[in-house]
Formats: sequence, structure tokens, C-alpha cells
Amino acid sequence: MKVRYRALHPFDKEAEERHIQEDHGLHPYDEYLKPGRIPHIWCPGCGLGIVVTAFIEAMKQKNVPVAQSAVVSGIGCTGRVAGYLDMDTYHTTHGRAIPFATGLALVRQDLIVTVFSGDGDLFAIGGNHLIHAARRNVNLKVICVNNFNYGMTGGQVAPTTPIDARTSTTPFGNAEPSFNLPHLAHAAGAVYVARWTTYHARQLVHSISQAFDKKGFTFVEVVAPCPTGFGRPNKLGSGLDEMRHYREVCEVRNGADPSEVEIRLREKIIVGTFVDVERPDFMEHYQSLVVARAQAKAKSKGKGKAA
Amino acid sequence: MGKKVGIEVSIAAAEAVGLCDVDVVAAYPITPQTHIVEHLSELVANGRLDAEFVPVESEHSAMSVCCGSAAAGARTFTSTAAQGLALMAEIVYIAASMRLPILMLVANRALSAPLSIWNDHSDAMMVRDSGWIQIFCENGQDVYDHIFHAYRVGEDPRVSLPVMVNMDGFILTHVIEPVEFWTKEMVGSYLPRFRPLNTLHPDKVVTMGAFGMPEIYAEQKMAHDQALKNSMPVLLEGWDELAKLTGRKYEPVELYRTEGAETLLLAMGSLCETASLAVDQMREAGRKVGLVKLRLWRPFPLAEVRKALSGAKDLVVLDRSISVGAANAPVTSEISAAMYHEPQRPRIHCMIAGIGGRDVTPEDITNMVDLSLKGTEQECHIYGVRG
Ligand SMILES: Cc1ncc(C[n+]2csc(CCOP(=O)(O)OP(=O)(O)O)c2C)c(N)n1
Ligand code: SF4
Ligand SMILES: [Mg+2]
Repeated sequence: MKVRYRALHPFDKEAEERHIQEDHGLHPYDEYLKPGRIPHIWCPGCGLGIVVTAFIEAMKQKNVPVAQSAVVSGIGCTGRVAGYLDMDTYHTTHGRAIPFATGLALVRQDLIVTVFSGDGDLFAIGGNHLIHAARRNVNLKVICVNNFNYGMTGGQVAPTTPIDARTSTTPFGNAEPSFNLPHLAHAAGAVYVARWTTYHARQLVHSISQAFDKKGFTFVEVVAPCPTGFGRPNKLGSGLDEMRHYREVCEVRNGADPSEVEIRLREKIIVGTFVDVERPDFMEHYQSLVVARAQAKAKSKGKGKAA
Repeated sequence: MGKKVGIEVSIAAAEAVGLCDVDVVAAYPITPQTHIVEHLSELVANGRLDAEFVPVESEHSAMSVCCGSAAAGARTFTSTAAQGLALMAEIVYIAASMRLPILMLVANRALSAPLSIWNDHSDAMMVRDSGWIQIFCENGQDVYDHIFHAYRVGEDPRVSLPVMVNMDGFILTHVIEPVEFWTKEMVGSYLPRFRPLNTLHPDKVVTMGAFGMPEIYAEQKMAHDQALKNSMPVLLEGWDELAKLTGRKYEPVELYRTEGAETLLLAMGSLCETASLAVDQMREAGRKVGLVKLRLWRPFPLAEVRKALSGAKDLVVLDRSISVGAANAPVTSEISAAMYHEPQRPRIHCMIAGIGGRDVTPEDITNMVDLSLKGTEQECHIYGVRG
């Protein structure tokens, strides 16, 4: 039988008081987090906490019960999310969050399966999986935290690093053009595509909750500060400075053509909900084509035998 | 002789790769390998190294790029660890079977699951049978020297094989050690230009990686096996020349205070330094204990191992990986098989120690010797395990 971690570690009022007085206080959504796992390992000013809070907020808004939510992460700073949420979570290997989640979503169609992972995890080492899951329109809610680098391993160049940006493996500037993530997700077949930055916390919550309502492959890109890996070499200042920067350079353009939302260093960033369409999801196709035909065949065989 | 500097071993290793004037570096970051590759990217970016630096999208691509560039005749480098090596494994086999002399530095780290970024040798053992030359290093100087040695041996037309140099993750990669650098002249005299045996060339077409039908597959494997075994004299020659140049003599199997030893320890990698301290302490206490360091893992130095071990009463093998479900851990199994037909052989004890980053101290090693001498031969212990 499955037991939630919280059931084993019931809420400790005294400890809460102690924490609040001596230490950092409890997270406002502590009941969604694994007891004892906070403080997290993320750097001061990192955008990841905002994204986690937005995800929980969206769950609350949509009344998604914890028992109905499963979160699958790859490896990276973003991948750590799986370790902090007190619900069914799966910390997979680097790049494989989507195939793990696919297996889960197909077998447990009652669950809302969210893939929470980094830009490197989803678009470098795991890029192949993302395009195929989008093509199949598997019922997955992908949240991609794009900090333009491999944060966890020390800020190396990623396929999302804007051209000319500095990283620990492009010390004098990146020579490769980057992926435009919404365009890629759209082209591969995602039914819902949005981009926000961590500055747009409310819009982000709204997009995640919209994604919860949709059937099929949804993709939300969250541009997030990584002051340690990306901010420092590119002189973007602290996490807060980077948020201010996003406030200045972002332009909300819902319904923008995804092919026109490429991100360049220090230039305007287009945010918004770009794609929201309907298309039969994987299970629907599978039921109508494979299962229905197989059932029909089995029936006709059965008839033959009886005759 | 070059100057001696205190330097992080990863940076020293990258400097050595730079001195070899490599043409292509293709790698994907993974802890604890990152500093090596970051430093190489810096050498390329600031013009100190004229090479293509390819920040590929995964390790599978890294080794694939390496195969491509080595096949075109370029001196090629990559580095990885654990999960990276696991993902790369398919192409690791290809590189060796196609006889492409690539150098890979493995910053040894435990394999998932559970996820661990810390050191053991499970990654190296996973590709044990891939047909690469595999060397384990004891300290920073050792790693630095072996970069030159690896290119010299691997690229030698008598060998033409890829070489894996293993350095313990964190224990070696992230420490600052005194390293005596080589000068450009030393490298020039030691390491000839790469003249590849087989290359893809438009004027002389070949097909690489073609089908091996049942009539030829076994022959191909035998040829590979012979090639790897025949690399031994070239490895020895490389170490001899290195000794002439630097005064440091490396050997496939190295002995430490083994004179008259009744009990021998056998270890690989940085554990050898720890074990040598334990041996010193035990010798001081009047115990007849010595240490055998296994530097060369593939080709397996059968004759040298037999010679080193046959005189002892007991042998304690320190294995830094576990072969789940097997009778013994990988190194112990190999050593046991090597000694089985010897008229005189020690009792062999398997001690699995230091896996997943568990610290091993000289005191632990002494304890392992004591435990082994109390127990019977067949037992395979995971040392210090709780519960
Ligand atoms: C096969 C494999 N290769 C490399 C790594 C090392 N690694 C861990 S996290 C990571 C990159 C993470 O980048 P991203 O997905 O963007 O997440 P972030 O840390 O930026 O949130 C890498 C390369 C690994 N764990 N497994
Ligand atoms: S390295 Fe970057 S992404 Fe990772 S925790 Fe620090 S700020 Fe966040
Ligand atoms: Mg990232």
C-alpha cells in the first residue's frame, strides 16, 4: 500500500513554531512539499522556486488533488523539483523524463502527469523524446524551465543559449544559434504552447492551469533567472536584476506566431499564449484505430468458431 | 624538464590534452568531468589550442563525433563519467571495434540508481569488455603523464585502438596536487604526429562499420582481441620512453613493499595511495603486508599479475565496484581466474570498498586485511555496510 511521506511525518506544530522563530519559516504551501526537504538547494535568486509555487497555485486553483497529480523530472536543478513535491514524483535519468511520463500517462489515464524539467534535459539530451511525444500528442503537461544553460553542472552552453552569450564552455561567446522552444514544440504538434518569465507569475499560473484542462501535449516555457550559471558570465546581475530586466524587455503578445518569438541576448522577449488548438490525443487515436479494430477482429473470429 | 606547479588535476589534464595539440574535442558536461572540458573550451576560445570544440547534445553524440573525427584522421579527445559513459556505451564499443584511436578521460563515478555523483569504478567496469586500452591512475601526476602515453600508444600503427584513462572522480579530479609539467619539446620528442592507419578519404575509399556476417564476425572479434593483447609491448615501450624523459617509471603492475609479504593487497586507482599508507602502518607494526597496484586493466597483464601474486599466502582485493548477483566483484573475479591454474596461489579475499563515494581510510584498509585473514576464501564482503 502506498503511504504519503507526510503521513509518516505528521505535521509538527512545535517544529513549525521553531522554524518560524529561529530559521526561515515554513513555505506558504508547505503541505505540498516533502517535510524536511526545505530549505532547498537552489541558489539565492534562482527562478525555480517561483515556478514550483506557480505550479502548486495552479493545482489549487483547479482543485487538482495531490493524489491525482504525478510529476516527472529529468536531471538538473529543475529536476530537483521531483524531490521536493510531496506527491507521486519520478526523478528519472537525464533527458528521459518524457518517455517515463509517457508510460505513466498511458497506464494511469486518471492522473495529471506533469513533466517538470530543464531546457538542457528536454531539448539537448532528451530532445528526441520531446518532439515524438508532441507528435503523438501524449497527454502530458510539460513545464520547461529555460535558464539558457546547464545550471546544475556549472553553467555550460546549451541548445537554448542565445548566440553570443557567455557560458563556462563558451567563455568568449556562443557561436551556435539557439532553439526557439515554442516554435519547435508547435511544429512537433503540441496543442497548447505558452511562454512566460518568472516575472509573469500570475500569467504563468494561469497558463499551467489552462494546460491542466487540456487533453494532449501541452508546453509551457518559463524563462527563469539562473544568476549562478547564466547571469554571472553575461553580467545580468542578481536574480532580482534579471527579473527587472524581464519586466523591461518582455512584450505580451498572445497568439503570436511561434516562429517569430526567438530569444536573443538582451533583446525583446515575446511572451504569451501562442498556441491553443484541439487535436485527438494519443489515447483517442489508439482507442479508435488499434483497440476498436482489434475488438472487431476478435468478434468476427469468435463468430467463425461458433459457426 | 617542465616546471612543477600546484594545480587542480582536471586543469592539469586539460593542459596536457592541449599540449598534445588535439584537433577535436567533443563532450557533454557531467560532474565530476566538467572542469576538464571547460578548461579545454577556454584553451580553444583564447587561441592557445587550435581545435574544434563541439559542445554536443549528449554523450552518445560525443562519442559519435569522436568516431567521425578519428576516422577522418584527427587527434580526438572526450571525457565523461557514469551516466554519460552509460549513454555512450553503444558507441564506445564501435570506437574500439573500428580501431579508432580516441582518448577518453573517465572521471570515475558511481552508476545510478540511486543517483550518485560520487566516486567508484562501476562506470569503467560497465565497459570493461568494450576492447579499449584501460588504465587506472593513482594521482594527478599519473593522470597528466598518461595523456601523452595514451596518445602515443593508441595512435601507434601497431596498436590503433582507443584508450580510456581512468581518474577517480573528486578524489583526483577536484584536488590540487603538485604536477610536473612537460615542455612542448618533451611532448614533441615523445609523441609523434598522428598518422592514422585507416581513414575515410575520398581518394582511397573504405567502408567503416559494415555488416559482419556470421562467417566473419568471430574472426573480426579475434583480430580485435589479438590487437588489444598485442598492444602490450607498445604500452611498455611508451612507459620506458616516458621514464627516460621524466624519471617516472610506470608499469602494468606495480609493487609497493612486497618483499617477503605474506599478505598482499591489490587495488586500482587512487585507492593505491591510501593502501600504501596502510601498508606503511602495518609494516611498522611488524606485519608482512605489501601492496600490488594494478595500473593496466586492459589488456589484462596476466603474466605480471601471476608473477606478483603467486608468492603470497593471502591476497585481499579491494574492489571499487559491485557485480550484483555475481560470486565476486569484477577485479576479484579476474584475479581469481588468472590465478586458478597456478601451482601456487594465495587465498583470495574480495573486499568491496568505497562504492558510491564512501570514504576509505588507511584504518579501513587495515581492518579489511584483519577481516579477510579471519574469514574464508569464498566470502565476498561489502566493507563497512550498515544494517
Ligand atoms: C547522461 C548524463 N549526462 C550528463 C549528466 C550531467 N548533467 C546533470 S544535469 C545536466 C544539465 C542540466 O541542465 P538543464 O536540463 O537545463 O537543467 P538546469 O540545471 O539548468 O535546471 C547535466 C548535463 C547526467 N546526469 N547524465
Ligand atoms: S545553478 Fe542556476 S538553476 Fe541551478 S539552482 Fe543555481 S541559480 Fe538555480
Ligand atoms: Mg537549464
